[in-house]
Amino acid sequence: MGILEVKNVGKRFGGLQALGDVNLSVAENSVHAIIGPNGAGKSTLLNCLVGKLIPDTGSVMFDGQSVLGRKPYEINQMGISRVFQTPEIFGDLSVLENMLIPCFAKRDGAFHLSAFKNMMADKGMVERAEHMLEEMNMAGKHAMNAAALSRGDKRRLEIGMCLSQEPRLLLLDEPTAGMARADTNNTIDLLKQISDERDITIAIIEHDMHVVFSLAERITVLAQGTPLVEDTPDNIKGHPKVREAYLGETQDAA
Amino acid sequence: MLKLNKSDTLLFIIVAAMVLLAPFILNPFPQGSSLAQMFNAGYPDLMQRFVIFGILVIGFNILFGLTGYLSFGHAAFLGIGSYSAVWMFKLLSMNVIPALILSMIVAGIFSLAIGYVSLRRSGIYFSILTLAFAQMSYNLAYSVLGNPSSNYNLTNGETGLQVYSNDPQYFASSGAPDTPHLFGMAMSDSSKLDIGSWQFTFNNGYYMSGILMLVAFYISIRIFRSPFGMMLRAVKSNQQRMNYTGLNTKPYTLAAFVISGMYAGLAGGLLSSMDPLAGAERMHWTASGEIVIMAILGGVGTLIGPIVGAGFNEYFKNILSKINDGILHQWLSFLPDGLENFIVGILHYFVGKGWHLTLGLLFMMVIIFLPGGLVEGGQRLAKLFKRKKTEDGSDSNNTPAE
Amino acid sequence: MDQILLQILNGLDKGSAYALIALGLTLIFGTLGVVNFAHGALFMIGAFCAVTLQRILNISTITEDPTKTDFLGNPATIKTPIVETWFGPEVGASIIDWSVPLAIFFAIPIMAAVGIIMERGLIKHFYKRPHADQILVTFGLAIVLQEVIKAIYGANPIPTPAPEAFRGSFDFGTYIGFEANAIIYPYWRMVYFAFSAIIIAAVFAFLQFTTFGMVVRAGMADRETVGLLGINIDKRFTIMFAIAACVAGLAGVMYAPINSPNYHMGMDFLVLSFVVVVVGGMGSLPGAVLAGFMLGILEAFASMNQVKAIFPGIDQIIIYLVAIIIILTRPRGLMGRRGVMEE
Repeated sequence: MGILEVKNVGKRFGGLQALGDVNLSVAENSVHAIIGPNGAGKSTLLNCLVGKLIPDTGSVMFDGQSVLGRKPYEINQMGISRVFQTPEIFGDLSVLENMLIPCFAKRDGAFHLSAFKNMMADKGMVERAEHMLEEMNMAGKHAMNAAALSRGDKRRLEIGMCLSQEPRLLLLDEPTAGMARADTNNTIDLLKQISDERDITIAIIEHDMHVVFSLAERITVLAQGTPLVEDTPDNIKGHPKVREAYLGETQDAA
Repeated sequence: MLKLNKSDTLLFIIVAAMVLLAPFILNPFPQGSSLAQMFNAGYPDLMQRFVIFGILVIGFNILFGLTGYLSFGHAAFLGIGSYSAVWMFKLLSMNVIPALILSMIVAGIFSLAIGYVSLRRSGIYFSILTLAFAQMSYNLAYSVLGNPSSNYNLTNGETGLQVYSNDPQYFASSGAPDTPHLFGMAMSDSSKLDIGSWQFTFNNGYYMSGILMLVAFYISIRIFRSPFGMMLRAVKSNQQRMNYTGLNTKPYTLAAFVISGMYAGLAGGLLSSMDPLAGAERMHWTASGEIVIMAILGGVGTLIGPIVGAGFNEYFKNILSKINDGILHQWLSFLPDGLENFIVGILHYFVGKGWHLTLGLLFMMVIIFLPGGLVEGGQRLAKLFKRKKTEDGSDSNNTPAE
Repeated sequence: MDQILLQILNGLDKGSAYALIALGLTLIFGTLGVVNFAHGALFMIGAFCAVTLQRILNISTITEDPTKTDFLGNPATIKTPIVETWFGPEVGASIIDWSVPLAIFFAIPIMAAVGIIMERGLIKHFYKRPHADQILVTFGLAIVLQEVIKAIYGANPIPTPAPEAFRGSFDFGTYIGFEANAIIYPYWRMVYFAFSAIIIAAVFAFLQFTTFGMVVRAGMADRETVGLLGINIDKRFTIMFAIAACVAGLAGVMYAPINSPNYHMGMDFLVLSFVVVVVGGMGSLPGAVLAGFMLGILEAFASMNQVKAIFPGIDQIIIYLVAIIIILTRPRGLMGRRGVMEE
């Protein structure tokens, strides 16, 4: 029984069957990658997991509880954090404030009317945020406006923000899309470190085979809205079905 | 001090000093001089408006400045507060305390209901929804609820709601003044101080409103510096990230809306306390527009901006409307006659009754060139001077957001 | 039955004005992506074009009348409008009489110029700024324009009569088989409705059947792609802005006899027109027209005494009430396109 259990999930947009009959089980504390060509339904699946879309059929269970019908913020409070393809951070706020927000969200819940507390006087929260920034190698950038950060820093900040909530499942949506090789390798190292040091499950949607094969313990290949095969990276590499459906186009990348 | 950090404490002390000393600061010219007639602003009526509109815009700024939700119907709460206060005068007594409390409560209830519905949409749709609610309130106040012959005459229509001698006033004590008062201290009473040829007026109503504005300002500083305030700024910055960080944006924006509605209600109650007459025109959408203008002029999202904006707007409205052709001729008499007449002829349209035009142009200029309002203008000037002094000042901290 | 028809007719003139203003608003929003709070001011400027032409035509030469004296014993004066001197008394008098319809030709170049100046001079610089800034700057412009008009023409409404032949009312009911005096309807309102219908049809035909219109429609659907085709879409959008200004202006010209123009008429109509646009769906042209007429007619029905007896004050709030319900239940409006102004 995995921490995330997807059963018979289907989703239709008008005449387009985006997801056919998806079954997926993500084991606790593993790194699970979902790959597939463009239009395979990866993003749709992800959106069904975080509450942005509600599937037409099937069930999604997280740690024994259904996530269907819950709002994104409720699902997040259950312990699922999401990293976006283009970093979603609070551009108008300082880096430290960016990090403080998830800390408060973790401690105080979805809504807390703390209009008279002095935020910076809350030493516990500030220390926690500063500690996380240090861990993300961003000490010294506290006062900067988050919008002024470099692309790589924005990505690290976003991952740090998710981690500071101590999620049990971290979902990443093509975290290295549009990154230079060096930045990509840094991100891979960061994710490896996270997965080694923490009790955390990572599910990653990725296009870049290099990233997938350096990180994943199990891989699900999605094609035309249905899982083609699920196996370890080594077996996936040599799998004839996968080669046929998918790897042909990315051999150079792998 | 006051649980504020150093720079906020300093800011608060400066504002407090200015409010308390305003009768001096605003009367720099000796009584009776022509400059005094033009530029002195130290009379009760105007000073009251400075601080009351200050409260209104401070509240508006908590909504618009922090969350970015542009309400085009905030005057509705001002009007509702005004009516509630006058009803308290009519039913209980002329004491302002129950009036102010009720005006905040009623405005709070209305803003809760209107906010709950309007906040289901954002952006332009939110603006239109608030505008629609405000216009509905205005129209109702003018027609059905204001018809003296109907059973629901809550607002007395065009005449305006006022206190009549046959009103019940169940709790009126016999010795108390028949104008709004604070435990017997009439709001309209002033004491005067003559020093040389200067005369300074200390008005009860002004000081009560001024102290309430300081309280309102203090609360707004605390909100700005609180986790709640940060969440509101986060709403403006990125709602998507907020939702995926386990935060429910609805109650945050609704709380901001209700707080700012209650500020507006308090301001309305104070307006009625200074002059117990409430009319529907206070709820018209152009009045809502003026609140927006004041907020923008001062600087949206800054602490001091609302006070600067409200003060600037009221002060210049006052001066501009006082200037007439005679005064212009007097000022420009050093020019050759033809040129003088020509310039006066042009300026004629911008002063006196034309003050709307000048403020409208100024408002446009600020939006085009100074989106951060006068506060940003001040900061730019300050930076300019600093840079001249230290040449190499690096200010990476202040990089504006995209 | 005749009551219902009468209310529909009563709703048509206001509905026409809403529809015309909303059409321009949504055209500007759809093409330029700008929320234009100054659009009501364009309507007002149009109405004042009618006032201005009327005044120009009435410029007179003053001569003394040797046969009469006034009560002080001075010779009386006769004012002879210059047009009467030029074209003879009869033709001249009818030119003055027809000043409102003639103002259409006077208003078109003026409105087009105002539109182009507005777009090139101000609004162009706000395409990339947030919608809140666009609202605010155009709101400021609306204040400035209305104050300029007030400075020139004063604060009082200026009566601007329709041509003699169209004043008064006629018994519309008898034409369609009702009893006499069942449906009495003013001539000019009928003219106004017909005029609006022609303008609306012309705008739609222009967008539907010309290449220019086709490009604009494509641009409304997907600006970037059209830009990539190498078509200079910006220039066309400027022209669209001018056209939208003309539509609002002409709506104003012809409205002058119905309501004497005053400086704040633009603002009064603007708020309602925005509501109309939102109800119709931002960026939808048919939606704007449909919603304009629908709300105009609803307002007329709500003004009936029978209705007011049940819901007092309903006539005052009906439009806003409908708008609130529509925005909450169908955020895209009646005919709005997907993805417009959605966050």
